[in-house]
Amino acid sequence: MEIDDITKRYIYSDTELDRAEGEVIEALKRHSQEPIPDPDRWLDEEPSRNILLTSIDVILNWARRSSLWPAICFPACCAFELIAVQASRFDISRFGMEILRASPRQADLMITAGTLTWKMAPNVRRIYEQMAEPKWVIAMGACGISGGIFRSSYNVVPGYNRIIPVDVYVPGCPPRPEALLHGIRMLHYKISKGRTDIVLPPPLAGRKKLGK
Amino acid sequence: MTVSLSGSEVAKQITKRFPDAVSEVIGEAILVKSESIFDVAEYLKSSPELDFDYLNYITAVDYYDYFEVVYQLTSMKHNHSLVLKTRCYDRTNPVVPSVVRLWRGADFQEREVYDLMGISFEGHPNLKRIALWQGFEGHPLRKDYL
Repeated sequence: MEIDDITKRYIYSDTELDRAEGEVIEALKRHSQEPIPDPDRWLDEEPSRNILLTSIDVILNWARRSSLWPAICFPACCAFELIAVQASRFDISRFGMEILRASPRQADLMITAGTLTWKMAPNVRRIYEQMAEPKWVIAMGACGISGGIFRSSYNVVPGYNRIIPVDVYVPGCPPRPEALLHGIRMLHYKISKGRTDIVLPPPLAGRKKLGK
Repeated sequence: MTVSLSGSEVAKQITKRFPDAVSEVIGEAILVKSESIFDVAEYLKSSPELDFDYLNYITAVDYYDYFEVVYQLTSMKHNHSLVLKTRCYDRTNPVVPSVVRLWRGADFQEREVYDLMGISFEGHPNLKRIALWQGFEGHPLRKDYL
């Protein structure tokens, strides 16, 4: 069938379309004769890229101090300053601490916010003992440090360090949130100086001897 | 508003029933001899025109020479209240009759007074320390403690 020129301007030419398609395919084929190299092939090369040499201690301490999870153990009024620190204005989630764990087994920091009585002391000690290692304690406020104004009372523990080891002491009655944040930063500094003793299992021969 | 009853008028009613029970009226409070405190309390609770069906609190004060146990009573029906007091002069073994049988709410409060003041409540079903632990020595709210 003969197509006049006017009609030809408004329809596609099958021949031209097929030619253009063929050129695209041929060009792709020409450039695709070799397999594309694995972008991760550097993994097999010498460890020159993306490898940072450091010590285990630095990495572990960095990980530990970057997400301290406090246990919920706030016996008295310093807890309100702690709540302020936890809330939006001071916001300890900046340090990865926003999750206050109700279970001490999931926590690694105890902030002792408040006066402790001897009747409560066994329970606080039990919470501390249930926390997984490594764990730290911040004694918050005058009562946490020394019993504060209740020190001479008949039933107040004169300082949490009588029952659990304390890492950082934050004075104040109660401490301002900034003071507690400073204490947390000091604890970060302390953790960053920590040393991990890696205990390797005894060699196999030695274990066999022990077995005999 | 709860009306505080006149101590002297209630004391007259008590004296009609128990001639030797009231020893003194201090302001609006009635001081009752400790041996008759239970009978007086029972009368105040059961008498229909007084009808003290609610015990607000029991507390105790150490005046060195004697202990004073203070009861505040309220009538929910008549909306009036009264303060009742009694004294015990024995420092080594002070004993006051218990009112737990009249007001169950006295249970913990008498235990607290026993715990911190060392006043025994005769007839209490479970008189042991409540705030401090078993084995604590002394009674810390006494003035001669420490």
